[in-house]
Amino acid sequence: MRKNDVYYYENPVRVLSYSSCVGKKEGEGPLGGCFDVVASDDRFGQQTWEQAEKAMVQTSLRGALHKAGLDHGELGCVLGGDLLNQCVSTSYAVRDLKARFFGLYGACSTMAESLVLGGALISGGFEGKALCTASSHFCSAERQYRYPLEYGGQRAPTAQWTATASGSVLLTSEEKGKVAVTRGMAGRIYDPGVTDAANMGAAMAQAAYETLRSYFATTAEDPASYDLIVTGDLASIGRDLVLELAKDDGIDFDGRYTDCGLMLYDREAQDVHAGGSGCGCSAAVLCGHILPEMERGALKRVLFCGSGALLSPLTTSQGESIPGICHLVCLEAV
Amino acid sequence: MRMTNEEYKKLYEGLAPPSPSYKNIPFAFLIGGGICALAQWIKNLWLGGGFAESDAASLTSSTMVFIGVALTALGLFGKIARVAGAGTLVPITGFANSVAAPAMEFKTEGVIMGTCVKMFSIAGPVLVFGISASVVYGLFLYFVG
Repeated sequence: MRKNDVYYYENPVRVLSYSSCVGKKEGEGPLGGCFDVVASDDRFGQQTWEQAEKAMVQTSLRGALHKAGLDHGELGCVLGGDLLNQCVSTSYAVRDLKARFFGLYGACSTMAESLVLGGALISGGFEGKALCTASSHFCSAERQYRYPLEYGGQRAPTAQWTATASGSVLLTSEEKGKVAVTRGMAGRIYDPGVTDAANMGAAMAQAAYETLRSYFATTAEDPASYDLIVTGDLASIGRDLVLELAKDDGIDFDGRYTDCGLMLYDREAQDVHAGGSGCGCSAAVLCGHILPEMERGALKRVLFCGSGALLSPLTTSQGESIPGICHLVCLEAV
Repeated sequence: MRMTNEEYKKLYEGLAPPSPSYKNIPFAFLIGGGICALAQWIKNLWLGGGFAESDAASLTSSTMVFIGVALTALGLFGKIARVAGAGTLVPITGFANSVAAPAMEFKTEGVIMGTCVKMFSIAGPVLVFGISASVVYGLFLYFVG
């Protein structure tokens, strides 16, 4: 059922298993001990950064399948994406699985987007199992979006650090697993005219806030209905903007709101400026921290909101402003 | 959303921390100055070796380019530049880095389509304007000077 922009999953959509794989720097961050695999070398033993990202995605996909005790043949479909042109990391990682595959591009919103769509496919009875995934790799993203790795330069204080991380969540229609996906919300694009690609938090914050505002209005709930409301990845400036916008509308998050980009790294010690970004950031925080906390019973209801800056290096060069989007899923411990 | 883009801009610009100039400017001055002092010392060595002034100047530039490329290859240039900013960017070491970094980065796409195609992707504008200015200056000197 859909009400406004919110999908209510009327049939069970459960998290059967999940897995995360991150790079060395992410392994040294505050959540370092939470991830299934931390690479000792960001090359993942590969020749190129694109192959490295593919290997990282494969590790998290296989990790989720392995934890569920499934082999490839039993998998329904895979939904996911990454930051690279044509989503090659995910497509190449899924190539050998021979599963039905939807390649998604939602920038940093990809993990939430895949869960919204995966939930809809399962609740609608089209799939029994859906593997949702998202990834990003600092080195492959830098060479595509910015400068070569060894180029000497300083970053703006508003810049975010693309996470080397991948997370995969296996959804099932069976009533197994301790976490359910009960609702999803498709975001709408908001573009407040930000043209600075080094300030993506500002470009996305409006979309994130509008998604949250619209969600609360539709469901007649408020932030107090949740233990945690988390966006990914607005980082410090975007997070502060969401709080400011909420204050103007009289919405009080009461300390329940944070951002995945602020959780993955120690911002000062790890020199990541405003915080983390990249599809893998929220995916890894979800799979490494949020879902385990829900299974443990520490969190009961969580709003996981993926916020994406839908820009490309070309549109930035052409002076275009950055469209932002934010998809959301409601996760509940059962 | 009742806020206009201008109001929103004012809000996010107010929230963005400024660049730490109190730190960046002194570091740029000290490290940039240090590079120039090193170059002067190298030039004196070449002069001491019996080279003429103009040859010593060219040899010094080449030596500094070599140092810039070597530091880039060793993965040290980026670390220094993160602190030094314009201090490493402005001297010829910065130019060397801007050519060496993409040359290294894109070697995975092959020598021709990777390294050679991408090598000047950052330094290209410097070369275009540098060479264009030389041509204009040369023509001016030929016809007027």
